Amino acid sequence: MAETAGAVEVTEAAGPPEVVFVERSRLVEGVRAYGLIATMWLRSTMAYRASFAMTAFGNFAVTAFDFVAILLMFQHVDALGGYTLAEIALLYGASGTAFGLADLVMGSMDRLGRRVRDGTLDTLLVRPVPVLAQVAADRFALRRMGRITQGALVLGYALVTLDIGWTPLKVAMIPLMLLSGAAIFAAVFVAGAAFQFVAQDASEVQNSFTYGGNTLLQYPPSIFSKDLVRGVTFVVPLAFVNWLPALYVLGRDYPLGLPDWVAFLPPVVAGLCWLLAGLAWRSGLRAYRSTGS
Amino acid sequence: MGVDAVRLYAVVAAGGFRRYATYRTATAAGVFTNTVFGFIMAYTYVALWDERPQLGGYDMPQALTYVWLGQALLMTCAMMGGGFEDELIERIRTGDVAVDLYRPVDLQLWWLAGDLGRAAFHLLGRGIVPMLLGSLAFDLALPASPGVWLAFLVSVALGVVVSFAIRYLVALSAFWLLDGAGVSQMTALAGMFFSGMLLPLTLFPGVLGDVARVLPWSSLLQVPADVLLGKSTGWGLVEAYAFQGGWALTLLLVGRLVQSVATRRVVVQGG
Amino acid sequence: MNAETRTDTGTDIRTDNGKGTGTGFIELDNVEKVFDVRRKTGFMRSERRQVRAVDSISFRVARGEMVGYIGPNGAGKSTTIKMLTGILTPSGGRLRVAGIDPSRERTRLAHRIGVVFGQRTTLWWDLPLRDSYRLMHRMYRIPDARFRENLDRCVELLDLGELLDVPVRQLSLGQRMRGDIAAALLHDPEVLYLDEPTIGLDVVSKAKVRGFLRDLNAERGTTVLLTTHDLTDIEQLCKRVMVIDHGRLMYDGALAGLHEVGESERMLVVDLERQLPPIRLESAPSVRTVKVEGPRQWLAFPASESAAPLVARIAADYPLADLSVREPDIEAVIAKMYASADGMEIGDGGARVQ
Repeated sequence: MAETAGAVEVTEAAGPPEVVFVERSRLVEGVRAYGLIATMWLRSTMAYRASFAMTAFGNFAVTAFDFVAILLMFQHVDALGGYTLAEIALLYGASGTAFGLADLVMGSMDRLGRRVRDGTLDTLLVRPVPVLAQVAADRFALRRMGRITQGALVLGYALVTLDIGWTPLKVAMIPLMLLSGAAIFAAVFVAGAAFQFVAQDASEVQNSFTYGGNTLLQYPPSIFSKDLVRGVTFVVPLAFVNWLPALYVLGRDYPLGLPDWVAFLPPVVAGLCWLLAGLAWRSGLRAYRSTGS
Repeated sequence: MGVDAVRLYAVVAAGGFRRYATYRTATAAGVFTNTVFGFIMAYTYVALWDERPQLGGYDMPQALTYVWLGQALLMTCAMMGGGFEDELIERIRTGDVAVDLYRPVDLQLWWLAGDLGRAAFHLLGRGIVPMLLGSLAFDLALPASPGVWLAFLVSVALGVVVSFAIRYLVALSAFWLLDGAGVSQMTALAGMFFSGMLLPLTLFPGVLGDVARVLPWSSLLQVPADVLLGKSTGWGLVEAYAFQGGWALTLLLVGRLVQSVATRRVVVQGG
Repeated sequence: MNAETRTDTGTDIRTDNGKGTGTGFIELDNVEKVFDVRRKTGFMRSERRQVRAVDSISFRVARGEMVGYIGPNGAGKSTTIKMLTGILTPSGGRLRVAGIDPSRERTRLAHRIGVVFGQRTTLWWDLPLRDSYRLMHRMYRIPDARFRENLDRCVELLDLGELLDVPVRQLSLGQRMRGDIAAALLHDPEVLYLDEPTIGLDVVSKAKVRGFLRDLNAERGTTVLLTTHDLTDIEQLCKRVMVIDHGRLMYDGALAGLHEVGESERMLVVDLERQLPPIRLESAPSVRTVKVEGPRQWLAFPASESAAPLVARIAADYPLADLSVREPDIEAVIAKMYASADGMEIGDGGARVQ
């Protein structure tokens, strides 16, 4: 992959080392480093197979219980905030899958504060690859597939049960929603980690936006107060993960009276989130490198 | 137990309290998270009780009180685990526990004292603020009588002991499994679900509800909540205490039994 | 029992203490690092103050030099190393390593430096040692032939052959340190930073590590900068030593000069076959018996003198059972250095930096 990036490396048998350094795109370098480190973690977890199986199931079950709670609610009601079980399952499955993807790829970002505290971040800073990629790939764990699997199952159930008037745009909306949603959640993980450069003990704040955001998005926007919906639309734009695109697929109106076309904004919003999160990360890393703590 | 022993365990408990009190940023971050989750859950409950007032025997303010109480007690009763057991598992894994067994203190009481100190801090540090914020944003059914609050605190204390006894057993499983991660996670799951954290156990249908209500985990949230909401008074309160106390005693005794078996193992293996 | 080995590093490169003369491979000019420290003064109140962790340090290190960088805890050693490796950005001054500004071009510099953190392994805990090296191979894009050659060399010289397929968690501290040093050298760094490379190691491992570093420096001309608490490391490896305290460079010169400046003493611990009155040696007036405990006696002698003739004389006159030489610790040397008069003459090419 990245090796073919036009780099000709001089190989010498002996003598003083030649500098083999070729500028490469940081993105390419980051993705390549991520792959290398994630592979090492995969091999490491294979040393504890039994524990892997147990925790993978655990990850599946912990999210499943969330949905069981919703099922229990629907033992008593036919609709929640005007939405049927299948409709909520669509919201739930979309958010769960998107969050699961982000958690798989970037979930370890919340360990940054610990790395700052115990000084192990320094060992990453002397490597010739982007620090963000190294932190993200830290403790890469396939057991997090459990969460994705559960979300996908509920999403599948919703898509089979719901009577949707499918159009090409609506069909395209599903993968668009999952990928953009995962990207938005991933940006939140990065921003949260950047915050930990400032407050190392504050990893729980990040949980409010990641796990908390995921829980929020599993329910329809109609049950929340207008201010809260405004907040997650315009301030922390989690509404673009699943609410807006899913409501478009369902043919329902969005509570704030936003026009239909906003349902197609998730990729743009995701890009914007990544830009801001990237800036936050850079300034966080710069602050760390000037204070060392 | 002599006066000296009481003093010793009091010191251990105070240490447990202080240990968590030092992390102020973490506490503030935790309060923030509890509050966020409190708001999200409160809105879902509003939607649910809008459809079905008096669901599960609670009216809307009571249901909302239940939500915020759950956030306040999540850490206090360690419903998802976390606390001393990670440390104890590590000591068992590394064999350091052999040293503990020769110390002239009771292993179980030692850890219990520390955990009670931790719980006291979490009740004050992580429980009060979310509860206050919740009561500002929503109409809650908080009792006016100090007697009810006192009865509630006793119930919470019993809940903490039950929670401790469960987690102590989880930790001891490391004597046989070495890696405690799987068991810890399973108990965390059970704790979340059967304590009533996700949904009051009175909403669980049929057999599932009957079973959930007699499992020990209901002592962690459902029982204290019913005490605070005035559902358990008079003989009902005595029954609630007897239920919690019964589980606490049973599980502590099972813990001692398992501990003695484990200790024999350690001695046989030579540490 | 070979206390007097004062080894030569085997290189011909002359120590270049002069400031500003010539171009160093590592160049620091008035480098500073100021931290804002907030101290709690009460409940919810705190006080801000500035701490100069590194205060206007200047030095040059030539290519191929091997330099000891010592000082008490909190003196500013690791802050300097962190600036040299690009982890920390200096607050002021000019800093160059191989012509690169570390803080601006951290990743470019990373290809040319190797770093070993004494107490933090970068090896993969649950994987065989070999796998950690494979990751270095890919991450640093080391050409295959060069990688194989370097690995073979390290394996041979650091005695890693039988350890390559052992998971790192099963290695001893000394084995792991050797493994870490190899990992830092596979990409042919021109300079190697070692932070306490012998801390916690047993005697055999220490000797192995030191021998390897000596050879690396002699044969490959790798520049080595090491921080340590063990004066023996410095004695056996470095011609030049820099002492830092309170963020300032206190001394820069030969180790012997440091001993003179500090007037430090080493300690000979003698175990006699039986309890005897304090040892007195007419021929060695600089030796004092400072402590007697049963058959064991402690003799202090100037650190600049060799222990061998002393041992020979004691062995001739007294029934020796065992003996060992204790090096003065860095703190003691530095403390003595302060105590010695200001502005004294400094021998052996050492420069006392004020």
